Amino acid sequence: MSSWPILSLVTFLPLVGAAWILVVCREDETGANNARHAALWTSLITFIVSLALWAKFDPRAAGFQFEERLEWVPAYGISYHMGIDGISMFFVLLSTFLTPLCVLASWTAIEKRVREYMVAFLVLETLMVGMFCALDFVVFYLFFEGVLIPMFLIIGVWGGKDRVYAAFKFFLYTLAGSVLMLLAIIAIYYQVGNTDIVEAMNFKKLTFEWQFWLWLAFFASFAVKVPMWPVHTWLPDAHVQAPTAGSVILAGVLLKMGAYGFLRFSLPIMPLASEYFAPLVFGMSCIAVIYTSLVALVQQDMKKLIAYSSVAHMGFVTIGIFVVNVQGVQGAIFQMLSHGVVSAALFLCVGVVYDRLHTREIADYGGLADNMPRYALVFMVFTMASVGLPGLSGFVGEFLVLTGAFKANTWVGVLAATGMILGAAYALWLYRKVVFGTITRDAVRAMTDMNMREVAVFAPLVLVTLWMGIYPSSFLDMMDASVGKLIADYDAALKAAKATAMLGR
Amino acid sequence: MEFLVKAIVFLPLFAALIAGFAGRAIGDKGAQWVTTLALIASAVLSWIVFFKVGFDGAGGTYRIATWIVSGTFDGAWSVRVDTLTAVMLIVVTTVSAMVHLYSIGYMAEDPSIPRFMAYLSLFTFAMLMLVTADNLVQLFFGWEGVGLASYLLIGFWYDRPSANAAAIKAFLVNRVGDFGFALGIFAVYMMTGSVQFDAIFKLGPELAKQSFMFLGYEVPALTTICILLFIGACGKSAQLGLHTWLPDAMEGPTPVSALIHAATMVTAGVFMVARLSPLFELSPTALAVVTVVGASTAFFAATIGLTQWDIKRVVAYSTCSQLGYMFFACGVGAYGAGIFHLMTHAFFKALLFLGSGSVIHAMHHEQDMRHMGGLKDKIRQTHALMWIGTLSLAGIGIPFILGTGIGFAGFHSKDIILEAAWGAHSGVGFYAFWLGIAGAFMTAFYSCRLMFLTFYGQPHDRHHYEHAHESPAVMLVPLYVLAAGAVVAGIAGYSIFVGHGWEGFWRGAIAMESSKEALHHAHEAPWLVKLLPLVMAVAGILLSWWFYVGSKANLPQLVSATFAPIYRLFYNKWYFDELYDFLFVRPAWWIGRQFWKKGDIGIIDGVGPDGLAAGANRMSGILSRVQSGYLYHYAFAMLIGVAVLVSWYMLSHGR
Repeated sequence: MSSWPILSLVTFLPLVGAAWILVVCREDETGANNARHAALWTSLITFIVSLALWAKFDPRAAGFQFEERLEWVPAYGISYHMGIDGISMFFVLLSTFLTPLCVLASWTAIEKRVREYMVAFLVLETLMVGMFCALDFVVFYLFFEGVLIPMFLIIGVWGGKDRVYAAFKFFLYTLAGSVLMLLAIIAIYYQVGNTDIVEAMNFKKLTFEWQFWLWLAFFASFAVKVPMWPVHTWLPDAHVQAPTAGSVILAGVLLKMGAYGFLRFSLPIMPLASEYFAPLVFGMSCIAVIYTSLVALVQQDMKKLIAYSSVAHMGFVTIGIFVVNVQGVQGAIFQMLSHGVVSAALFLCVGVVYDRLHTREIADYGGLADNMPRYALVFMVFTMASVGLPGLSGFVGEFLVLTGAFKANTWVGVLAATGMILGAAYALWLYRKVVFGTITRDAVRAMTDMNMREVAVFAPLVLVTLWMGIYPSSFLDMMDASVGKLIADYDAALKAAKATAMLGR
Repeated sequence: MEFLVKAIVFLPLFAALIAGFAGRAIGDKGAQWVTTLALIASAVLSWIVFFKVGFDGAGGTYRIATWIVSGTFDGAWSVRVDTLTAVMLIVVTTVSAMVHLYSIGYMAEDPSIPRFMAYLSLFTFAMLMLVTADNLVQLFFGWEGVGLASYLLIGFWYDRPSANAAAIKAFLVNRVGDFGFALGIFAVYMMTGSVQFDAIFKLGPELAKQSFMFLGYEVPALTTICILLFIGACGKSAQLGLHTWLPDAMEGPTPVSALIHAATMVTAGVFMVARLSPLFELSPTALAVVTVVGASTAFFAATIGLTQWDIKRVVAYSTCSQLGYMFFACGVGAYGAGIFHLMTHAFFKALLFLGSGSVIHAMHHEQDMRHMGGLKDKIRQTHALMWIGTLSLAGIGIPFILGTGIGFAGFHSKDIILEAAWGAHSGVGFYAFWLGIAGAFMTAFYSCRLMFLTFYGQPHDRHHYEHAHESPAVMLVPLYVLAAGAVVAGIAGYSIFVGHGWEGFWRGAIAMESSKEALHHAHEAPWLVKLLPLVMAVAGILLSWWFYVGSKANLPQLVSATFAPIYRLFYNKWYFDELYDFLFVRPAWWIGRQFWKKGDIGIIDGVGPDGLAAGANRMSGILSRVQSGYLYHYAFAMLIGVAVLVSWYMLSHGR
């Protein structure tokens, strides 16, 4: 069993389902229905297989596990190299966990081109999982950029009124950064001699000058993906125009790609530059937390509000990564996972009422607690998780990040902690306007509570949010060794550089 | 023991889950009795634990599970039981059980009874997690948990805009406090590498000598930590500056006000200071801050209480003021006295709130005292019970007999606090003493004013008066139980909390050194100091009687007209709400709008993507009229960018 290429299996299973849909399902109503079922089953099976990763994962080992390596282009040292460690494992699971929920959430909301829609989601899943497993720069780059294509289509084809503007904004913003990353990857290839990521991590011979430029090039790409202030403006537009499930994947997984890149490349391969640029990241992140929280406060569109809150929450993540201590990095990873679940759920919450009333204007709602008590409860759980209430997932990551940040620099700790107050302000304001109050419109009064399909979508999300909040050790223990190694290597690199500097003098 | 304590903590949680999720299945009655019986069971067990811990010296820390573990950061789920916890357990569960019982009657006509009962039990669970915490993180869990319950219960009637606004305000103002609390926890962890109480306390003396860089300044470690944590206490306990949410919280149903906003949750700040007293006692500066803030609040809130018309708001400001007494007791080192007052206050203030609830219930949800009057013959039992609460709050008793005097609960606990403040013989101590004395006078005045306006004189609203009726037994029984506490808690508790037996009772649960000194000095206070609070209380009562019953002239009107500016200041709550609205609320929205319209849309998008797009369009128009593909132009622009970068790079780094 252990010799099975389980990572490739998880990565490419969705593609099998996609191919099946394309070949078997026809372009009529039955075909659409078959496509739905096929997509659901494929993604469910993928998720179950991916659980085996967790079960068989050895939490004591810091290095990569389930490794697979095939020569691909030997002449250039390119190989198909896959593997996961304690950092990437949960992102694979997050991707496989959210995809079936997306399929389920789109069950009735998507009416045209269902076949293609489902195919796009399955392809997207393959690309996301592949990206988190890739241990070769070329493989990584292909997956990383490939993700853009289905997402671009999902927004551009199944999106809202201004979908084309949003899709292009999304595509160009992210592509602009990526081009620089490609340059950086080529540069690393010339330095290391092949494109293996693990070897680049162990290379340790990059001079500060090299690290400086490489870091900036990677940063250009990752900062857009996170997104960090001030390159975040594509996100609200993309979210508003994307269909619900698109927003879910966008907020749930795609935003994590940038931060994952920082963890996978910037810290291990360019430690000196990471230390050098940390204040820049801190500054941008603190601005992100405060600035976007205030902007979220004045939004009139539910999705925009949540989109802005995502930027603020990801600000915590980038702070946590670049303080490079155990609490900071573990907190950042945990915060990403939590945000993956919680923001996904919040967008799904918007989807529930959007499906009924076809508006995202906050002012159009009010008083939903009366006729949608189930919805009110679920929305409350995720609002509180987003606010960072202890006992729910949001608290653990936020609190650890702030603990780590305060240790590294009290200014960063204090400024970021104001997010605790501002985050509560906009989240509670949104909840109040939508769920509390009295119903004034007949259309709202006619809205029905969540049906069984919707309950089935939210139940796993609620359970995971509680689990992560009450017993986060299940997650923290798994990443402990890998994070420890990451930090130890980083510290060693800084120390070595200092020693060399002393010698040189 | 371990099982007992866990049962106390988790029974309310299970009850809340049952009432919340199976509310429809078991019905209103089912939800009411499941939660009430669970709480009564929890209360009985608490008393058993209290006697075991307080007198047999049992207790300890029991681990439940790991929670957040990251590196050396270890916050565990656990229950810690010592005397301080045991006292809080009986206070919380007893009052909560009574409030549950009372709610059966008070909320009888509400359409969402299971939800209400579930919230009440959920609150109790969070409060119990708070008082049994063994580390700062679990304390924070309980802290925020009670905040959530408070938010949900203040906004329980979610169709009222004022209730929604009050709920959000409570949560946000508390969050401001929690901001300080969280920073305190970060600082503790940074300096000691732990968040577990005993480990921190052990390092306390070390900490007192250390300093760290905080926001660019070198600050003394311990004092900074204590003050940051105290900011959290100020938020939760509605101390000066962060008090604005508490009066608004009266939008919630009255049982909620009694349980959360009088007896238990708002005392969490006092509990925290007592719990962390081994740290606080090492920092005279932090203690001075605690004393000054406490004393100022005790005075300031009382001044507002003098002028309010809403019966619940009077009691709310009174709570605010009494919490101030508890804080300055801690501030002068008399932690035992602070907790003593916390306990007695829980009984008589819950009694007063539930009594007010009974009045409101009788008056068909009228809360304005100007519409009441003459109710004493209509609702006799409530009237008598309210007097017990009022006299206890005012601190009435006979001093010097039987050694320590004999009187209502508030008499004993308030007097020892004022004596301790005097006994501190420090500037802040005297400040607290004199403000406390002035507060005692005002307390007696406003609480009797409430009684006279409500129960005496002529009825102002005939219709309501005619229909006024005594509350059902299910509401009166809790009142009797609490009244019993308001009478005897002082006499029964004096010796063990602050009297001769205090060392054997507390056994290290609070800072012993400073307690010893503070209590010693308190007991040595001259007889005049011991007599003064009572004199002031009696004077307050008499003046109040003269104002509202005795005098034929309309004295209140006359006085408020004569001192109009001061009256307006008090009546408008010293304009704190207006000030905060001007300083924080409106600017936040304004800045948010500016950032969004000018920052994001104007500058970032204008210069960035939209600007580039417009620029590329213009360029393409100039460069080539043949090509007009949208994507192409972007790609082209990017290609140029890449080319420029590559060539520049090669020029600067190439060989």
